Amino acid sequence: MEPLLEVQNLHVWYRVYGGYSKVLNGVNFLVNKGERVGLVGEAGCGKTTTMKTILRILPDQVSKIAQGKILFNGQDILQMNGNALQRIRSQGIAMIFQDPTAALNPVFTVGEQLSDVIRFSLRSIAQRKVEKKSIKQVAMQALKDVSMPDQERILGTYPIQLSGGMRQRVCISMAITTKRELLIADEPGTSLDVTIQDQILRLLHELVKQQNTSIILITHSLGVAREMTDRIYVMYAGTMVETAKADELFANPLHPYTLGLLASVPKLTGGGIAKGIPGRLPDYRNPPPGCRFSPRCPRAMPVCEFSPPPFFDVGYEHKVACYLFQESRND
Amino acid sequence: MTASSQTQAPILPHHFHKPSVIVRFRENLRKSWFKYSRNKLSVIGLVVVLLVVLTAIFAPLVSPYPQHASAFVDFENAGQPPSLRNLLGTDVFGRDILSRIFFAFRGALLMSIVVLAIAVPIGVLLGLIAGYYKNTWIDTLIMRTTDVFLAIPPIILALAIASVLTPNLMNSMIAVTVMWWPWYTRLVYGMASSCRNEYFVIAAELTGASKAHILFREILPNCLSPVFTKMALDVGWVILISASLSFVGLGEQPPTPALGQMVSDGARYMPDLWWYAVFPGLAIVIVILGFNLMGDGLRDMLEQRMG
Amino acid sequence: MTDILQIRKLKKYFVVGKNADGPIYLRAVDGVSVDIHEVETFGIVGESGSGKSTIAYTVMGMYKPTAGEMIFKGQNIAMEVSRRAHHLKKELQIVFQDPGSSLNPLRSIRQLLELPLRLHNVVPPNQIEEKIVELLEKVELPPDYMYKSTPSIGGGEKQMVAIARALAAGPSFIVLDEPTSALDVSVQAKIINKLLDLQQELSLTYMFITHDLSLMRNMANRVAIMYLGRICELATAKEFFEQPLHPYTRMLLSSIPTVSVEEDRMKPKKVISIGEIPSPVNIPSGCSFHLRCPESDSRCVKEDPEMVEVRLGHWVRCHQFPSTYSAGEQTMPRPNKF
Repeated sequence: MEPLLEVQNLHVWYRVYGGYSKVLNGVNFLVNKGERVGLVGEAGCGKTTTMKTILRILPDQVSKIAQGKILFNGQDILQMNGNALQRIRSQGIAMIFQDPTAALNPVFTVGEQLSDVIRFSLRSIAQRKVEKKSIKQVAMQALKDVSMPDQERILGTYPIQLSGGMRQRVCISMAITTKRELLIADEPGTSLDVTIQDQILRLLHELVKQQNTSIILITHSLGVAREMTDRIYVMYAGTMVETAKADELFANPLHPYTLGLLASVPKLTGGGIAKGIPGRLPDYRNPPPGCRFSPRCPRAMPVCEFSPPPFFDVGYEHKVACYLFQESRND
Repeated sequence: MTASSQTQAPILPHHFHKPSVIVRFRENLRKSWFKYSRNKLSVIGLVVVLLVVLTAIFAPLVSPYPQHASAFVDFENAGQPPSLRNLLGTDVFGRDILSRIFFAFRGALLMSIVVLAIAVPIGVLLGLIAGYYKNTWIDTLIMRTTDVFLAIPPIILALAIASVLTPNLMNSMIAVTVMWWPWYTRLVYGMASSCRNEYFVIAAELTGASKAHILFREILPNCLSPVFTKMALDVGWVILISASLSFVGLGEQPPTPALGQMVSDGARYMPDLWWYAVFPGLAIVIVILGFNLMGDGLRDMLEQRMG
Repeated sequence: MTDILQIRKLKKYFVVGKNADGPIYLRAVDGVSVDIHEVETFGIVGESGSGKSTIAYTVMGMYKPTAGEMIFKGQNIAMEVSRRAHHLKKELQIVFQDPGSSLNPLRSIRQLLELPLRLHNVVPPNQIEEKIVELLEKVELPPDYMYKSTPSIGGGEKQMVAIARALAAGPSFIVLDEPTSALDVSVQAKIINKLLDLQQELSLTYMFITHDLSLMRNMANRVAIMYLGRICELATAKEFFEQPLHPYTRMLLSSIPTVSVEEDRMKPKKVISIGEIPSPVNIPSGCSFHLRCPESDSRCVKEDPEMVEVRLGHWVRCHQFPSTYSAGEQTMPRPNKF
């Protein structure tokens, strides 16, 4: 398998009252070509910051990329100039946001917004102007691909005239109009009802399979990640704590945080929920120097408090950032 | 954890550390200053405002010729251009313009303080009530009355009132106040009517809180931050309006100095005695700019605390 | 088991416009009858627009019902809160979805908790401070939190404060309107467990509203599922999840993402979810679910099914289950296309 996106030791800080908020603290992860990767974590753990850094859409005045590399097809996104970056955004990576209502401009029709996207990306590929007629064709096809009925009419509607599910379909159609190598979906179904979320996730799943695109699915829901992705990264307080194939992770979760999270999820089988994880996220302005989970960890050891754990390979492509698994290998 | 905390006797209030008011205040002040000072222009605005306020208060001490602020005549030095002796020159009666500007700040600031002290409470109260009773006859009555006041061009309204009453500082204050309150009603009306549907207001209603509690304890504090910002901006505007009134002779009466009246007197001697009109005019510009910049800073500071 | 709240044929229509035939109504709640027992958690699930929150808000008195009865402990409460007796405002409390907007950001936690204590004379004024400390203890917050304001504390802690405020008056019935949907699962777990503990300790009745079926399984004793202002299935939680009957229930259950193989087994065979909930302004004729129902036939388009009790305490509104429950009948009816 060929690596498509590789994030190495990424540190991102925000400028806040009283210094810097050290949000990302050495994030490492890898997406292979054609792979579906899940990024799971709770609110405030840095999932969205990571993705915004990859697309270089973090606001400059308040943020600072302190350290790290983001290799996309071997090139470092953080070192790119405006033109190269524009090419990445128009051809390489597309993003689908959590709230389709905020992602669409309310004063332009779906058709206008869709054809803008198509025009830019086609022009960037073909390096010339594109005719109006072919843009419309591509737009119609894009809407058809996301199973929207009556495409001609939809092109003339304003986002407010569509339901939440339909808006998210429009957003997805914008992301897939021209074939991208990587799709980043930031909680694509969270603001929608469970049946609609199911429809949207199934749609994404099919599109990704058809086009052989890689996808990073950011979600707070372990269930969504389990059903939709091949490999999962669990993130806590700006660090990756565990990664494994989806089946392996749920059959054999190792990191104390993953265990706590999994126990907190209410199950359909009933029987109550665990007590949750005690404590709260660390203060990013002054985070614990060692493992960032150690203050809340039921199995913390002295070493955890001063030295951040690297990834330990436990076999079966399963890695854990926890000193408990320093020597154990389960193969 | 649950079981143990339930069996424990409740910890009495005096057993825990009550944060000192001064410490909390200092912390808040430091945080507010961080937000305020992020925009350098607001800091400049604050400096200008402080200088104006201080010169107004200490006008008799900082003016080179405090006696020039009243009926003083020195024809020997009449119409002198700016020099070391009179930094901003003298007027046709030989009075030092700088000293007269310093004293004029007093009237201007006094006017804004009095006008806002009367107009703001009236406007805020009416807006609060109208916003809470949105879509009832109370709303209609208050807001349509407000619309009537807003429909008349403000300066004409003030001119009309000021000319019916005898021209002096007191009456021009009344005139400006009458045209000023509707803006606050408008502002608070919008805030209060959206705040009215917030869940914390509904929660208070559902437990049976009184109307007075809901209006003044729940809704009002949440409407105040834009009011403060607008007040800071309005100090400048009131000074401008009062200058306009005194320009046409309806404000402070001579020999007490007023900025507008100085500009109007000086305009007759343009361009020969250019400093006579230009420097008081410049003073108006600087004061208004200072208060506007400070208002912007206040908005930055207060807005985020609301979130 | 006594009923604490009886709701009969409750309707709440909102006027959303006007045309030639008169006002246009949004039928948010369209004929709901339900009995809530003392000290139980009665769950209502449904998608957005199903009317689940409108029922809760009508019970609380935020709206005046268009028609129908609501009897709380023998007293008629089918009216707005301002017309209700003072002690009812103490008995009925609500915890809203988003603690960020249900707690006034400019008031200290002490002020927030003091309000219900004073309004309902729960304790003499000189003991208010002690009572606040006790309330904070109940939701596991340190006593010095009373000097903080809510923007400075975490989301889970805010919701704990909202729960403490609901408890302050000494209620017997609490509406929980999606109390954890804005929170993370690890925080949600804490809140849900706390709520269940408090229910035992203080003999509270909960009306629990959520769109999260897995959470409902672990929280509620009985569950009703709503679609377009009506209940389409009502059963004990165990039966509801183990033997779901209504096609809509099965569609919802099969759509939830799960985290274990055991749960996958519980999900009905994939009922592919199609379409979206129609607008409550234009409710479809016949069975309101027929447009999205994979099992609908010509009868569903024309006739509106009645709510029938197919087994003791298990009610369904679907033409597939015509037989009414009769005592002695023990066999469980199966849906015809399972």
